[in-house]
Amino acid sequence: MSAATLAGFARHDLRLAWRDFLAMMTAGRRGRARTIVLALIVFALFLHLPAWAMVGSYAGLTQEADRGSLIVIAATVALSWLLMLSQAIESVTRVFYARADLDLIMSSPVPLERVFSVRMAAIALAVTAMALLFAAPVIDVLAFAGGAHWLSAFGVVAAVGISASAVAIAVAVLLFRLIGPRRTRLVAQILSVVIGAGFVIALQVAAIMSTGTLSRFTVLTSDAVAAFAPAMSSALWWPARAVLGDGVALAAVLGVSLALLGLVMMTVAPILGDLVVNAASVSLTPTRQTGGGQFRRGSRQQALRIKEFILLRRDPWLVSQSLMQLLYLVPPALLLWRSFSDRSTAIVLITPVIVMAAGQLAGGLAWLTISGEDAPDLVATAPLPPSAVMRARIEVVLMGIAIVVTPLLLPLAWLSPLQALVTAAGCAIAAAAATAIQLWFRVQARRSQFRRRQTSSRFATFAEAFSSIGWAATAALALTIPLLGLISAAFTLGVLALTWTFSPRQAA
Amino acid sequence: MTGSTGAALELRGLAKSYDRPAVDRLDLTVRAGEFYALLGPNGAGKTTTLRMVAGLLKPDAGSIRVLGIDARTDPIAAKQITAWVSDEPMIYDKLTPMEYLAFVAGLWGCDPATAQASANRLLDELGLGAHAHQRCEGFSKGMRQKVALAGALVHEPRLIILDEPLTGLDAVSARRVKEILQNRVRAGCTVIMTTHILEVAERMADRIGVIVAGRLVAEGTLTELRGQIGQGDSSLEDMFVALVDSEAAAA
Repeated sequence: MSAATLAGFARHDLRLAWRDFLAMMTAGRRGRARTIVLALIVFALFLHLPAWAMVGSYAGLTQEADRGSLIVIAATVALSWLLMLSQAIESVTRVFYARADLDLIMSSPVPLERVFSVRMAAIALAVTAMALLFAAPVIDVLAFAGGAHWLSAFGVVAAVGISASAVAIAVAVLLFRLIGPRRTRLVAQILSVVIGAGFVIALQVAAIMSTGTLSRFTVLTSDAVAAFAPAMSSALWWPARAVLGDGVALAAVLGVSLALLGLVMMTVAPILGDLVVNAASVSLTPTRQTGGGQFRRGSRQQALRIKEFILLRRDPWLVSQSLMQLLYLVPPALLLWRSFSDRSTAIVLITPVIVMAAGQLAGGLAWLTISGEDAPDLVATAPLPPSAVMRARIEVVLMGIAIVVTPLLLPLAWLSPLQALVTAAGCAIAAAAATAIQLWFRVQARRSQFRRRQTSSRFATFAEAFSSIGWAATAALALTIPLLGLISAAFTLGVLALTWTFSPRQAA
Repeated sequence: MTGSTGAALELRGLAKSYDRPAVDRLDLTVRAGEFYALLGPNGAGKTTTLRMVAGLLKPDAGSIRVLGIDARTDPIAAKQITAWVSDEPMIYDKLTPMEYLAFVAGLWGCDPATAQASANRLLDELGLGAHAHQRCEGFSKGMRQKVALAGALVHEPRLIILDEPLTGLDAVSARRVKEILQNRVRAGCTVIMTTHILEVAERMADRIGVIVAGRLVAEGTLTELRGQIGQGDSSLEDMFVALVDSEAAAA
């Protein structure tokens, strides 16, 4: 079969996607594939336990479910759709800017419509496959405990993935047309983050405003939402009904999704080639003017710190990631604001959220400053000891975290000085721990490789997450049950010690 | 602290092995104020040698003296007077050339006013004046190479080490770079350069060293090399090929 046929392109794209996935999972090391597959199977099996705890009680629902249950299911489908839309926007944007094999294909005598139709279908397939993978434990549990009718939820997940991909492609193309290729990249990245986090945060904000808690289900099951919900005969319930096993609703949902994708592909494929060419020509045309280039008197470490801060400020990943962290801090900030008036005990919830955010953000910052160096030779040949370089970089991470959390700590200090102190200490420790993990596992890389940082060491990624969670719990417990706080601190220190023991630096 | 009078670089018994010896007990002396071209086939050990001099690789054995400073015991002092430019320009996409030079000047602890003047002059000389405040992310390889070169020169080094510095440069840019380097040599700087463009070595270098399999197999001016190899008025390319072939045959 000719490579230029639709099937040939599809096979080519699938092969590339599969190898990219394998490289990401194995960090490019051959011989690890079998271990990774085994680990994935174990992990997937393990996921059935939390899935059981989460949805086990809903397994008894049937097609005759009440309005409240339909609202919860519909909201869950909507949330999944938004998360997939967020993921798909990122994937589509990457196709525009990552040249990969496009130069070769676009210079070949093949109609570009054909190439981009396959690329769009591949995006939809990848997004859907990932969604099915994550949804599988939940659906398995529901089907096992409640009956085979729940298996139709797989069809809904597929429909959600297909329609989210279609909308993502349309959104990306629209952005290109409206704001041009230069701004689309950053805006799409921010949009992806806002869409992904926005729904959860909006529900939390609604919960805080109405009940003073962070519970999303409180809002979804409230009378106010039920009053606003459409009539039971509305087509808006089709996805929820399809999840519950309604075959007609499932067929309708799948049909609409496929039709939407087909429509987008037919409309967009003919112009996508031009958009990709435009995106490429933008990256070759340096027009972004920046004032500055200040020659300052100061220490050599100061020069390093200034450089790191400039690069962090201009890092698109960091902009979107910080935005996400800040978005997640909106609900606790709102809770803080409400607590000024009623002195609610719920304010304690703010501490773990801030500490967790500080730890996670520090992990990313630490990677960018410690491992992500685009000119390692320059820094290595500079006349200052490596320890001074490393110290300057760690200072940048800690100062960055301080800049993000201080605006939250100041009002907290006015309301509860002790809690502010504990939160500040928690943030400092969580940030220091995340930085230490990055130091132990550092591998020199270009900053643009940030997306792959988590695959360079799965162990470090999990350790970073456990450390942040551990310090968040420690800070919260220190404020409520200090003895348990001590135990939590000891446990988290144990996690760090274990991480250090397994780190390459220690092994060397 | 003292080395041989007039030596900008002295390597004695320098060795580095990976799976096989990359640099094999190399002895090399480059005089202060000369333009020295280090030639050799791919994998001969040129880059490894220069990376050890720049402090980017740790030698297995041997000594490195940069203008009398023992680079192994006092690397900071040696780095203060040395500049390194690799064939793969390593700059920051999100910085402008001027910001990059300000960063380099800060790292080397240069006087801000002097460094600023030097940066303006260098960017103009290299044809980057109009791009001084544009981020490097859209620059071509040649432009990036020139930014990296400006970075190497902005702190007024006394020893400049360049690994294939003309890669990716157009003819006009290459000529400008060569002029700048020759001006530096006239001002008393020492330049050590690897290149595969033998014509450049032939025209620019005061002395040429040929390294094969990690060892220096020939060294001298063009005339001296002709004498050593016994090829009357042959070109450097002919001599180089003859040398590499004879070393390969001997191995």
